[in-house]
Amino acid sequence: MLELAPDRNFELLGEYAIETEYDIVMARQTVRQFAKKAGMGIVDQTRITTAVSELFRNMYNYAGGGKVLIERGDVESHDALIITCIDHGPGIENLELAMSDGYTSGMGMGYGLPGTKRLVDRFEIQSKINEGTTVRIMKWK
Amino acid sequence: MDLHEKRIPIIKIRDFLIVSIQVDMHDKLAIQLQSQILEEIGRTGAKGVLIDISVLEMVDSFIGRMLSGMASMASIMDAAVVIVGMQPAVAITLVELGLEMPGVDTALNMEKGMEMLEKRLKDLEHNFF
Repeated sequence: MLELAPDRNFELLGEYAIETEYDIVMARQTVRQFAKKAGMGIVDQTRITTAVSELFRNMYNYAGGGKVLIERGDVESHDALIITCIDHGPGIENLELAMSDGYTSGMGMGYGLPGTKRLVDRFEIQSKINEGTTVRIMKWK
Repeated sequence: MDLHEKRIPIIKIRDFLIVSIQVDMHDKLAIQLQSQILEEIGRTGAKGVLIDISVLEMVDSFIGRMLSGMASMASIMDAAVVIVGMQPAVAITLVELGLEMPGVDTALNMEKGMEMLEKRLKDLEHNFF
């Protein structure tokens, strides 16, 4: 598994597997509940729910599924909701290209990464060919 | 909530189909709804489709593409699609996501959407004669 800044200490709220399309729906609803509980406004709740929906679908479509961690913690003195998506799929060959606006990877999943990045406060990604991809997004309260 | 085996009902009133999406759709359900609506247009000769998404708390790129795809397909079948009741937070998020929905008309609520479709129908008749 790829590690993203493992020194941070977050409180784990939940861990979910994305294996089916129903898992995508359930997991994004769970994220919304946590965002609500964290005291986020309706627009931020919608932003984070939409962002994770894009990421979960990427995992499902391109990596055959994966794992989701939902955490809460202090990041640079922000009360943050942190969602980490871990898959063991084929990895992304050209991250720079995948992160550029207008890039689409065959199945028309264009807006995925750059669009998702715009919806959150922090976006981190690591990918290794044949090992997998880890994406971590954060949204401040 | 049981997400399996859900079907979204399509109601026909006069020349229009009315669809109210009341569930958080998974992708297959969205695709199924798309073909269901197109079949209903074909079967009934409806001239317009009103899709109420006021309960939807989120429209991601997949659902957005499904809606705009449906609008283009319906237009080939001579029916107009109007999306009604989009929540402000959903509209904000769609724009930030960078998702454009070409060919999709929107209205604030069902009544305004119905007026749009009726006006379109009247204009069509007017041009015909």
